[in-house]
Amino acid sequence: MIEIIDKAPPEVDQFQRRALMVGVVASAVCVLGAIFNLDQFFRSYLVAYVFWLGITLGCLAILMLQHMSGGAWGLVIRRLLESATRTLPLLALMFLPVAFGVRSVYIWAQPVAADAPEALKQALAHKAPYLNVPFFLARAVFYFAVWNLMAYFLNKWSLEQDRTGHRPLTTRLQALSGPGLVLYGLTVTFASIDWMMSLEPQWFSTMYGVLIMGGQALSAMAFIIAVVVVLSQYKPLSEVIKPRHLHDLGKLMLAFLMLWAYFSFSQFLIIWAGNLPEEIPWYVRRLQTPWKWVGLALVVLQFALPFVLLLSRDLKRNARRLVVVATAVIVMRLVDLIWMTGPEFHEGAFRIHWMDVIMPIGLGGLWLAYFAHQLKARPLLPIGDPFLEEALAPSGH
Amino acid sequence: MRQATELEEMNSRPRLYGLMAEFEEPTALVQAARRAHDEGYRRIDAYSPFPIEELTDAIGFHHTKLPLIVLIGGVVGCIGGFALCYWVSTSVYPLNIGGRPLNSWPAFIPVTFECTILLAALAAVFGMLALNGLPEPYHPVFNVPSFEQASRNKFFLCIEAVDPKFEEAKTREFLTELGAREVSDVEF
Repeated sequence: MIEIIDKAPPEVDQFQRRALMVGVVASAVCVLGAIFNLDQFFRSYLVAYVFWLGITLGCLAILMLQHMSGGAWGLVIRRLLESATRTLPLLALMFLPVAFGVRSVYIWAQPVAADAPEALKQALAHKAPYLNVPFFLARAVFYFAVWNLMAYFLNKWSLEQDRTGHRPLTTRLQALSGPGLVLYGLTVTFASIDWMMSLEPQWFSTMYGVLIMGGQALSAMAFIIAVVVVLSQYKPLSEVIKPRHLHDLGKLMLAFLMLWAYFSFSQFLIIWAGNLPEEIPWYVRRLQTPWKWVGLALVVLQFALPFVLLLSRDLKRNARRLVVVATAVIVMRLVDLIWMTGPEFHEGAFRIHWMDVIMPIGLGGLWLAYFAHQLKARPLLPIGDPFLEEALAPSGH
Repeated sequence: MRQATELEEMNSRPRLYGLMAEFEEPTALVQAARRAHDEGYRRIDAYSPFPIEELTDAIGFHHTKLPLIVLIGGVVGCIGGFALCYWVSTSVYPLNIGGRPLNSWPAFIPVTFECTILLAALAAVFGMLALNGLPEPYHPVFNVPSFEQASRNKFFLCIEAVDPKFEEAKTREFLTELGAREVSDVEF
């Protein structure tokens, strides 16, 4: 089985060039846009950034999850997950525009307007020890240090195992992944509060961190399914990926989909039931303005429809149909992030700027090109893993 | 895996339920099952101490009605749960809770969700039992003395006598050819 496991197919090269081209062109267009509307550029950039970072961090979490759980589904996608986590240094670099745009994006980073409501003034004064620019940037540096460090060791030991087949490395990867998942949970919770929830400094939700995590896991799973399906058309993965693998990945996507819906509805139910003046405005802005149609689209297209489709066993085993559902989920994840941030940017008004659409394409092109570059760097399967043979056996699980 | 004997078949063929072949290895069982299916045998069943994924394909067993039963259970639970909340909150026991409308659907969702899961799960368990023809206090395969090992370390393939291709001598020879360690009669 091992000899067929080679590096990525030449089509990845071609994909990398195209992604890079699209990324450079779309980013350049947005940089031009920045000349005319700098504030909007930074806002669109933030949404595009958290979208692609979400896929990356979701991959990091699923990578650690599969080290903890084992299973054939995890072994066949491990190298894709690892490649995604190796883009974290690039994403750390891509954070710079967010750092430069802090004053354009966040109310709390701007001088308080004299005519601001008293409640807002109080909230800002109260939260100033946490929501201030130096501390904000210091926290970001800390998050990236943690994520990059975890990604570095997960990749380093996995590569070492390729060479040596050393079994204790599996134990070491597990020993990192357990605490790593806890660290992931804490850092993503704080990062999502910093980068997204603080857009509306008066509002808070204890569900926010896990909601973002559920979304990250969902978009990462959908992304990985799309990549697996594309790569399974070419050697070497065409010899490895069987309907049962897609079936397992499809089931996991369904699970993450339900997890996201569960978190999302829980947040809504708690805030709706409490109906408190400091919490409910967030939903009023999203459900009693034209934004409600976006919200409805999220319920239908990010939950109801894919949920019903993914119940089908045949669909999960059919690469073509599964990839359609996965792509729709990825697109809806972006729509979700726009819905979560847009009303804050436009004071509740329904407005979508062209950069909200082009910036994710630009950033995504650059990110995907780097992802493809990382994909080529190593064999597409963890050839040194002691469980690989077993996982690829006809009845392996 | 298949619903067992029918009464009239029992009366017309009183002695033999089928022939049971014993194998040492799961791969041998899968191969034998595939060969038997290729040969044209359809009333076959395989027994193993643990699930073997290819085995279901090998004996030509594809889809069951169970997913449909579970789906119906889930849909009934979903509609029933919501209807229960709606009926209770709006007409039977209306309560003014913080001035909200009586039909406050977000509050009904947890109950709706739980009822969906509950009925889907119950449909799964009882549907599975019904489709397997369980509980079944007597089954002839247990008359084969070595069959108790099917839950430990042996693998069995049974060709039933009601199969149109079944001819005692030829089938016995066929099973022996497949590499069975032992071929035993399964008596009623």
